[in-house]
Amino acid sequence: MQIKSPEFKENARIALKDVGLQKALGNLKAGFPEKRAVAVQRMPEFHDMRDEARDLKNHILENLDIYLEQFESKVTENGGHVHWCRTSDDARKTILDICKQVDAKTVTKGKSMVSEEINLNEYLEENGVQPIETDLGEYILQLRKDHPSHIIAPAIHLNLEDVSEAFHEHHKKPKSDDPAVLMQEAREELRTKFVNADVGITGANFLVAETGSTIIVTNEGNGDLTQTLPKTHIVITSIEKVVPTLEDMTLFLRLLARSATGQEFTVYNTLSTGPRREGDADGPDNFHVVLVDNGRSDMVGGEFHEMLRCIRCSACMNHCPVYGSVGGHAYGWVYPGPMGSVLTPQMIGIEKAGNLPNASTFCGKCEEVCPVRIPLPKLMRHWRNNEFEKHLSPKAVRWGIAGWGFFAKRPKLYRQMSNTSNWFMRTMAGKRGRINSLPLAGGWTDFRDMPAPSGKTFMQQWQKKQGDK
Amino acid sequence: MSKAEILGNIRRGLRRGEANEAQRAAVHNRLNAKANNLVPKRAQLPHTEQVALFKSMALEAAAEIIELNEHSEVPQAVADWLHVNQIKELVSASDAVLNEMDWSPLGDIQRVERVAQAGDMASLTTTFAGIAETGTLMLHSRGESPTTLNFLPDIHLAVLRRSTIVGPYEDAWKMIRETFGTALPRTVNMVTGPSRSADIEQKLQMGAHGPRTLVILLIND
Repeated sequence: MQIKSPEFKENARIALKDVGLQKALGNLKAGFPEKRAVAVQRMPEFHDMRDEARDLKNHILENLDIYLEQFESKVTENGGHVHWCRTSDDARKTILDICKQVDAKTVTKGKSMVSEEINLNEYLEENGVQPIETDLGEYILQLRKDHPSHIIAPAIHLNLEDVSEAFHEHHKKPKSDDPAVLMQEAREELRTKFVNADVGITGANFLVAETGSTIIVTNEGNGDLTQTLPKTHIVITSIEKVVPTLEDMTLFLRLLARSATGQEFTVYNTLSTGPRREGDADGPDNFHVVLVDNGRSDMVGGEFHEMLRCIRCSACMNHCPVYGSVGGHAYGWVYPGPMGSVLTPQMIGIEKAGNLPNASTFCGKCEEVCPVRIPLPKLMRHWRNNEFEKHLSPKAVRWGIAGWGFFAKRPKLYRQMSNTSNWFMRTMAGKRGRINSLPLAGGWTDFRDMPAPSGKTFMQQWQKKQGDK
Repeated sequence: MSKAEILGNIRRGLRRGEANEAQRAAVHNRLNAKANNLVPKRAQLPHTEQVALFKSMALEAAAEIIELNEHSEVPQAVADWLHVNQIKELVSASDAVLNEMDWSPLGDIQRVERVAQAGDMASLTTTFAGIAETGTLMLHSRGESPTTLNFLPDIHLAVLRRSTIVGPYEDAWKMIRETFGTALPRTVNMVTGPSRSADIEQKLQMGAHGPRTLVILLIND
């Protein structure tokens, strides 16, 4: 997917005025956060589990090399293959090679954000292999030549009319505005594709070191058909997804469903361990795990280490006021919302993604809901520092901070300035107590009034208090 | 090449070389202990209450439950269900417990033992366990029970013995290890209700790609 993160501000401006998008984003706000809250309430141990999950992830990361090698040896023992890929390019080539080996014409795909990260679909198409997305949301996007705007609800930016339009055009059936009819159409269209595909590609939510298993979590069952029907199953996944045992996986599964969709449990939780066994009547003959690094190993032990705990539940974006206002596409790459604002600069460079860690109000809601307690605001602040140190921040920001620094180091002057601006703003606001437009603050006042300072400055109040004693 | 680079990078980040014996031993002890993490109180109940919890959670997940007293009642219950829904063919697993049943109640409904194909309306399988915590069925691949039966047909009928219902997932993993040792079957499936999607405007629709209907035939053994 083309990188559009440098244009975040323009993307956001357009998104805020996009009536369709704003309508669609309304569905998000009313959905996931409320459902999560109910699910959390029904599980009194939820917050203790978050602590355990954080500690367990920390343990895994401390021993990541050992767990990955253990996972590989178990996959091999069960007759599967593990391919280690340092870069997107390595991963794409590895997958194409496997497809070529089995002379694949079509590939069905379960939902995988790592595959988006490495631009897999475009690459396969260019090389004569037709990928078919089977997750309903991803299927809609593929028909529209669109990209996901959310990591678990990829088509959240679309409305019923958009889906209806896309299906009418591609399925050549009468237009319907009934979601049930549309889903039935997709079910019928995809049934033959599932059966005829040569290769099935799925992601993985976790990799179990103990057994050499990969697990996918889906509500639709598309991932299961994708990995059961074709002769070859390729799992594309990333190195931080390994967990020690089935019990450890279970801890994360309990947190994942509740944090993501607010379900008690996702409908299908499916473990895959190697290719079909002797005597099995179905299942793939070949089982490959493509382990993608793509910048993750560089995060180990560094200031973004904690981001590697992420289990991709999407709770942070579901609760983010910025994401909720501009949607996922504004972020301009694969991972949107707070988790994306930390990951994207790592993967495409802070030079291109500098806007993202700045697109936060630092309200802290993301950290509050994160099932593995990633301090997302702190990590975004690290990126802001990085950006500043590399002299990448815009001139207005640098001058603004330098100007503020000048006064901050001269307390007397600073106090005079704040007294004056306090008086100035209150005068401007008049009796209404609100300011319609303010020089240099158009970004605020174009959309809402600026409230005037409510009284004296802190220092004025403090001095008065001291004087009263 | 990539492998050495990735592992080297990880170790550099961790400020150490290859893990020493003590570090490896610590990891292997953890792997061998297979210790439980926090298990919710909800899942730690006497067996009768687990069964009640299983039923209420499965119903909440939109599964149907038909309670039967013994295995011999399965053919009649299946026949009745298929008749009401006007289904003429049943694709079935070939486990001994199913094959030993008297299937004459099916009448003109065909019971065939094979993998599922596109267009199949109904399948019948047994299950390995029921998990009360969330009303979840656990199934696994084997010669007698092709995995496609669990996912491809429109309707999945699954026989569950009351005695195999456990509280938390952890107890089901213990059963899996007791049965298979360290080598898992190719696939283990945890199924909680029928297939669904909310990908269109966040409105939940049942029956995306997997079965639209999940019927649990609960045997009170």
